[in-house]
Amino acid sequence: MTIDTEAATGASSGSAELDVARIRADFPILQRQVHGKPLVYLDNSATTQRPDAVIDAMSNFYRTSNANVHRGVHLLSEEATDAYEGARAKVAAFLNADSTQSVIFTRNTTESINLVAHAWARRHVRKDDEILLTVMEHHSNLVPWQLLAQERGCKLRFLDIDEAGHLQLENLNEVLNEHTRLVALTHVSNALGTVNAIPTIACAAHSVGAKVLVDGAQGVPHGPVDVQALDCDFYAYSPHKALGPLGIGVLWARRDVLEEMDPFLGGGEMIRDVTLERSTWAAVPHKFEAGTPSVADAVGLGASIDYLEGVGTAQIRQHEVKINEYLLGRLRELPWLTVYGPQDPRDRCSLASFNDNQIHAHDLGTILDQHGLAIRAGHHCAKPLMRRLGVMATARASFYIYNDLDEVDRLVEALFEARKVFGLAT
Amino acid sequence: MQGLDDLYREVILDHYRTPHGSDALENPAVKVEGFNPLCGDELVMEMSVDADGRITALHIEPNGCSISVASASMLVQQLSGKTLQEAIALKDIFKAVMRGESWPAGQDFGDLEALEGVKNFPVRVKCALLAWMTLEQALAQYDPELAGQVEADDDIEVKTH
Repeated sequence: MTIDTEAATGASSGSAELDVARIRADFPILQRQVHGKPLVYLDNSATTQRPDAVIDAMSNFYRTSNANVHRGVHLLSEEATDAYEGARAKVAAFLNADSTQSVIFTRNTTESINLVAHAWARRHVRKDDEILLTVMEHHSNLVPWQLLAQERGCKLRFLDIDEAGHLQLENLNEVLNEHTRLVALTHVSNALGTVNAIPTIACAAHSVGAKVLVDGAQGVPHGPVDVQALDCDFYAYSPHKALGPLGIGVLWARRDVLEEMDPFLGGGEMIRDVTLERSTWAAVPHKFEAGTPSVADAVGLGASIDYLEGVGTAQIRQHEVKINEYLLGRLRELPWLTVYGPQDPRDRCSLASFNDNQIHAHDLGTILDQHGLAIRAGHHCAKPLMRRLGVMATARASFYIYNDLDEVDRLVEALFEARKVFGLAT
Repeated sequence: MQGLDDLYREVILDHYRTPHGSDALENPAVKVEGFNPLCGDELVMEMSVDADGRITALHIEPNGCSISVASASMLVQQLSGKTLQEAIALKDIFKAVMRGESWPAGQDFGDLEALEGVKNFPVRVKCALLAWMTLEQALAQYDPELAGQVEADDDIEVKTH
């Protein structure tokens, strides 16, 4: 299953809508005032907020079970290890991974992708091989491959988008060939909101013998993710974009692919035996987790998955489509606004990237902030995409499970206010 | 709103709508490109200087927010016809004001004084400074001896042509 538009329409589930008021009560930060106005937090694609359940789980770990993991013979270490490995099992089940051992904890999506670039690609990508990317990639899924290309002399190729912000899948066979070793692309665009057809692309990539890496930073937050149904080989994401703690990342890779990879960082935790001259490696996943891991963050991640599953990932996706329908409709009422990305609410996650035709995105960001709205303005770490769109920056409002339709109205009101500040007609 | 009115004063919006220095120069003495990697704002600046060390003309191609465009436009308005030393002096005063100091008493800084409100929006100070950091590099490129009077800024990069 990709991000499931079936469930999103409610056709198959018949499930109830999210109780946003009840969800909001779980997030203490949403009580905050900003510049004397109630906070409207619409920067969720950068990082979401955390519910009490996540904050409490991390706090309780430090209060009751804190110890370093693995190898300790005392009770606290055993509890900490159980909590850490228990979080790994939760992630594996959440992503429908082929095995718990194929989930690796990193710092963030960026580190997960760099891990693949070092530990897999350096062994498997040679001069004149090709890596296929897309023009909509976040810098985190572009720069590691540029570094590899400089080092290995391999070639980077790019799949373009059409005017609506969809990948040009009809050109896939022109950019894939027997030299392609890896196709690395985002599940969901952080700047356009486009949900990409991963299984279709993975099928084409595998037919030429290439592996598929999916940047899931914007994918996991927005609906059910099943890495086996996506048919990819690597899936990277950052739990902090889905209610989890900052500072921990996830890399899932197919178990057989992981077994053929070199280590990433060297040090404690990742060895089987060490002599003065050489070392042998621990089994996966610990081979890729050098040093003391971020145990409390893993515990918080486990709690965030429990929370998401309590809400229901299909229901989350359904809520997103509902937000999108209203958001796109309201933004289209403003003739001075250009809204980027797919027009169909079901083809995107719940974010809108837009520009006022007279007001720069940074000015919008400042004016909206004064009205209590937190949005992002800038290139969204996707400068090649900005160039492709012919803009320097966009304003981006990104919604999540605790945002409701009245916050869309607050956004639109503030966009009117911005026109007033600049003395422009509405 | 109080804070916004203080930031987006009418004179700033006027400069933003119709910036000074839009005419390209023939054979400028220097051409530099300023760039704020934090937000992606860009600014091309050309400068002509006569034999007496006086700035005869400035041309800017700003690509950014209202604050960065207005600041660049005011720079052109203030410095056209001034000597290089006068330019350096004004640049130092403006940077000091953006760091939180007051305008020196007894002097008139014209439209530029309207940018004082920016210092209440710390994340936007870089926007106001882009043109002035770009000017520093234009001066240093024109006369390497002036390079000693300009400071490097970690967050703004300037490319010389």
